[in-house]
Amino acid sequence: MEATLTAPHVLQEAMVEKNFRTENLSIFYGTYEAVKGISLPFPEKTVTALIGPSGCGKSTFLRSLNRMNDEISGSTTKGSIWIDGVDINASGTDVIKLRQKIGMVWQKPNPFYKSIYDNIAFGPRYHGVKGKKALDEIVESSLRRAALWDEVKDRLKDSALALSGGQQQRLCIARALSVNPQILLLDEPASALDPVSTGKIEELIKELKEELRIVIVTHNMQQAARISDYTAYFYLGQLIEYGLTEKVFTNPENSMTQEYIMGRFG
Amino acid sequence: MKARTVDKIATGIIVTLALLIVAVLAGLLGYILFRGMSHISWDFLTSAPQKIRAGGGVGPQLFNSLFLLVLTLLITVPLGLGAGIYMAEYARPGRITGFIRLIVEVLSSFPSIVVGLFGLLLIVNIFGLGFSLVSGALALTVFNLPLMVRITEQAFRSVPAQQKEAGFALGLSKWKIVTTVLFPVALPAIITGTILSAGRVFGEAAALMFTAGMSSPRLNFSNWNPLSPSSPLNPFRPAETLAVHIWKINSEGLAPDAVQIAAGASAVLVITVLIFNLAARYVGRLIYRKLTASRRMN
Repeated sequence: MEATLTAPHVLQEAMVEKNFRTENLSIFYGTYEAVKGISLPFPEKTVTALIGPSGCGKSTFLRSLNRMNDEISGSTTKGSIWIDGVDINASGTDVIKLRQKIGMVWQKPNPFYKSIYDNIAFGPRYHGVKGKKALDEIVESSLRRAALWDEVKDRLKDSALALSGGQQQRLCIARALSVNPQILLLDEPASALDPVSTGKIEELIKELKEELRIVIVTHNMQQAARISDYTAYFYLGQLIEYGLTEKVFTNPENSMTQEYIMGRFG
Repeated sequence: MKARTVDKIATGIIVTLALLIVAVLAGLLGYILFRGMSHISWDFLTSAPQKIRAGGGVGPQLFNSLFLLVLTLLITVPLGLGAGIYMAEYARPGRITGFIRLIVEVLSSFPSIVVGLFGLLLIVNIFGLGFSLVSGALALTVFNLPLMVRITEQAFRSVPAQQKEAGFALGLSKWKIVTTVLFPVALPAIITGTILSAGRVFGEAAALMFTAGMSSPRLNFSNWNPLSPSSPLNPFRPAETLAVHIWKINSEGLAPDAVQIAAGASAVLVITVLIFNLAARYVGRLIYRKLTASRRMN
C-alpha cells in the first residue's frame, strides 16, 4: 500500500524537506515487522501528528527517531533517518550526541527522583555545562519555555515527585528542552492528564513549534486536529495517509482514514 | 455465612497471628535483655575474658565482631552491588544468567557449618590464610554475597523502566544512568539488604569457629599498626567473635560466672545489632534524601 499524499504542494514540500525525514524505515522485533518501510518528512516549525489504532506501529516509529529502540533487545531497524544530511540510523552514529538533538516526552510523567532544579540541570551538566550561573540560566529558561517557572520558582530544591501530574509532565518537557534539542518527540503526552493540564500542554506545543519540530503520537483526534499541521495515519505498521491536517481531517483520500477519524473503528 | 462475618473472622485470625508473633519476639528479646542487662557494665564491655576466674569481659570479642562486620561488608558490598547491577542491567536474559541465579540461590541456602568446614579446608589451609579475620570474612561472604546480589538485582529491577528511558533520551550513557538515575531509587532496598547481611555476620558462629578461630591473641588497644600481630586492626590474626564466644563459654566455659557472662554477651550482641540496624537506616535515609531531594524514603 502506498501512502496517499493529499495535496500536490504537500508532496513537494515533503520531497524538499531534507533536514529531518525518514526514508523507507522498517522496524523489526525479532522477525515481526512492526513498522513497514515508512517515508515521512518533518518540516521545520511544524507539528506532525501520528495517529492510528493501538498496535499500529506509531509509537515504535516515534521511538526509533532517536534510536530508543536500540535499548530493546531483539529490535532491528532498516532504512534511513536523515537529520541535517546525516543518516543517523547508520551504524557509526554517536547516539549520545544524537539524543541531545532530539528530546522525548512520554505518556506517563517520569521525572527523576531528584529536585526540580536537578531534573533540569542534570542533562546540561552531564553534557559539559559548568558553573552555577550558566546552569541557573538554563534551569530558568527551560522552565519558562515549559510554562512552569512561575509555579515552581520558589521551590526549586523540592523533590520533583511532589508536583502534580500536569506539572510533572511540563517538568519533563522542560527537561527535554534543557539540552536544546531541534526536535521534540511526544508520545501521548497528555493522555494521562486532566483537561486543564491537557490544555496547558497543547498551548505549550503550539508555542514550542515556533522553535523546533514536533512529532506527536496521540489517540485523541480532536487534539491532533487542534495542534498539528500535518497528520500521518498508521495502520498495521503501514502509512495509509499523510497530508495537511486540515485536509486529512475534512477530506481524507483513503476511506480507511475516514473511518478511523470518524471513530468507526480502531 | 454472611460475607461480613467471614471478613470479621478472617481479620480476627490475621490479627491474632500477628499479635502472637509480636509476643513471641518481644518475649524472646525481653528474656535475653532481662537476663543479661544486669551483667553489662563498662568494665564488662572493655575488659578481656578470664579463663578460670570470675569477672571477665567481652571487650576483644565485641571489637572482633564489629571489625569482622566491616571487613565482610568491604568484600560483600562492592562485589554484591557489581554482580547485582550486572544481573539487572547488563546481562542478557538466557541460560547463563539463569544458571548464575540458580547458583546464587543454592549458595544462600548452604548450611553454615558446611561453609565453615569448606572455609577451613580452602581458605584456612590451602590458601594458607590461617585462622584469621580475613578467613572469617571470606567465609561469611559465601552466604552474604548471594543475598546482596539478589537484593541489588531486585532493587534495580523495581525502578520504573521510564526512569531509564528518560536518561537515554537525554543522551546519558548507560553507566551514568545506572549510577545517578537508578542507584538513588534503588538505595533504600540495597540498605535493607546490607542490614540483613550484617545481621548474619553478628549472629554467625558455626562458619566462624573454623575460619576466624576460637581464640583471640592478647590485643594491645594502643597499637594501631595493622601489620603488628598484637594490633586489633591486624586482619590476619585469629579473632573470636561475640557469637562464637557465647557458644564457647556456654559449652566449655570454666569461669564460675560463665552463665552470667553468656547472658551478658547475648544482651550485648542483641543491642549491638539493634544499634547497627538503626544507625544504618538513619545514614541510609540521609544519603537517600541528599540524592533525591525528598523528605522521606518511599
